[in-house]
Amino acid sequence: MNPGSRMPESSAPLSTDPSTDPSIAAARTVLGEADIARALTRIAHEIVERNKGAADLLLLGIPTRGVQLARRLAERLTQIEPAFDGEYGTLDVTMYRDDLRRQPTRAVGQTVLPGSLDGTIDDKVVVLVDDVLFSGRTIRAALDALNDLGRPRVVQLAALVDRGHRELPIRADYVGKNLPTSRSERVRVRLADVDGGVDAVVISAASTTQASTTQPSMTQPSAGENGGAR
Amino acid sequence: MKHLLTTQGLSKDDAILLLDTSAQMATTQSRENKKLPTLRGRTVVNLFYEDSTRTRISFETAAKRLSADVINFSAKGSSVSKGESLKDTALTLHAMGADAVVVRHSASGAAHQLAHAGWLDAGVLNAGDGMHQHPTQALLDAFTIRRHLVGNVGEDGRGTDTSAGADLSGLRVAIVGDVLHSRVARSNVYLLRTLGAEVTLVAPPTLVPVGVETWPCRVSYHLDETLEQWQPDAVMMLRVQRERMSGGSGSFFPSPMEYSRKFGFDARRLAVLPDHSIVMHPGPMNRGLEISAAAADHPRSVIVEQVANGVAVRMAALYLLLSGTDETSTDERNTL
Repeated sequence: MNPGSRMPESSAPLSTDPSTDPSIAAARTVLGEADIARALTRIAHEIVERNKGAADLLLLGIPTRGVQLARRLAERLTQIEPAFDGEYGTLDVTMYRDDLRRQPTRAVGQTVLPGSLDGTIDDKVVVLVDDVLFSGRTIRAALDALNDLGRPRVVQLAALVDRGHRELPIRADYVGKNLPTSRSERVRVRLADVDGGVDAVVISAASTTQASTTQPSMTQPSAGENGGAR
Repeated sequence: MKHLLTTQGLSKDDAILLLDTSAQMATTQSRENKKLPTLRGRTVVNLFYEDSTRTRISFETAAKRLSADVINFSAKGSSVSKGESLKDTALTLHAMGADAVVVRHSASGAAHQLAHAGWLDAGVLNAGDGMHQHPTQALLDAFTIRRHLVGNVGEDGRGTDTSAGADLSGLRVAIVGDVLHSRVARSNVYLLRTLGAEVTLVAPPTLVPVGVETWPCRVSYHLDETLEQWQPDAVMMLRVQRERMSGGSGSFFPSPMEYSRKFGFDARRLAVLPDHSIVMHPGPMNRGLEISAAAADHPRSVIVEQVANGVAVRMAALYLLLSGTDETSTDERNTL
């Protein structure tokens, strides 16, 4: 299996037919807790399969929810590959975004590398972990941020949800679920350890187009809602 | 946040956001590649009407680490010496498309005037105006205090800062020396109080400003008494600003030696303090006057670290002022 070939079925903006969606405004749960757990387990296996083990592997989560997903992937990887040390890091991309002047000011998050690395990611196999892959701009920023940290041997991308509508030539190597969406819809990943409640991926029709511009604020850093990819 | 002019009235949330952002900026400064692309294409003007070494260099370094273009302007060797007014200089900077102006001026209120007179639409950072305010200095002092006394970075300052989101509640800070002429003291009193710390000013009566009773702090005329009985967690020594003492040092205290004996910080006074306490000085130091060499170079002195933290704090201030929506100003500028 070549996971890289699994692109979203359609990049056309109208892949969801509104007629099949009875209530436009109502939120719809697409992935439940068990689905998310299974998807992560599969991704963990795919990572080991693709890289023929877990040597030099470094998981880097993109805040906020990517970090929790990276932690869960690291837990699974330690079960599959006892040689894996179970460490993961955090990569904040705020200062590398291309939309800093078009959004309200974002709070800068933390970049934390596992202590065993001694501050360098040279020659590592880096797997970036994010919750929703959307425009691809977050990942572009992440690649720039990585570049300033060192020179990894390979960079791969794992996303829990790929909702299409890419604006840059970027694709994920590991995808939990391809989710055909319309641009106006909002895809939200809810994780128990970040948002409380139960794990879920929820789609809702954005009531207005400003949904994507209003939500990041100074006090609430980044991501999560709306794919966090804008 | 559009301007950073004063710490008086700065909200606690904004202050903590500034400190947290500074902490993130500080971690990027320990990397091999210290430069971030964040403010690429933005222009920061350093407008300095007063002499300054560390503040100007610190702002310049901060702006360059964020990839902004920096233009240095000092009153000496510019049209100011031909009599150009602050307004005309501001209009010139506006025409050149400055995104932020870092201003130091000998007149209190110069930064406020620059920000609110409608001469230019850039963000204004006050880098010291007369005897009024110097907010980034207070922020870097608060940041240094927080790292050491809340974040437990250890004596060498190399440990992991665990203080994200924390304030300074319960900490005691003594600010000692020439309070009258000190914008550093004024900025620190308000900021430290906002962050929950208790502040005591210690100075001879001649160097305590009129109206100090309205400030949110206590005042003492006796250094030894304060150190022994109040046991401050941090002692901030102020520079005796002889250039602002018109009649020479003689007009505010009898002699430098007497000042040094009563208000100078030395190893003996350091020994009175609790073990975790730190010694600070905004620089430049008058060694032998307000602080002895032994105290300045003591392991518990964080004076050199204050300078390093200054870069991180100014990066944070520039980031928070210059990122974010700024549509109108760009449009106006394009029509010029």
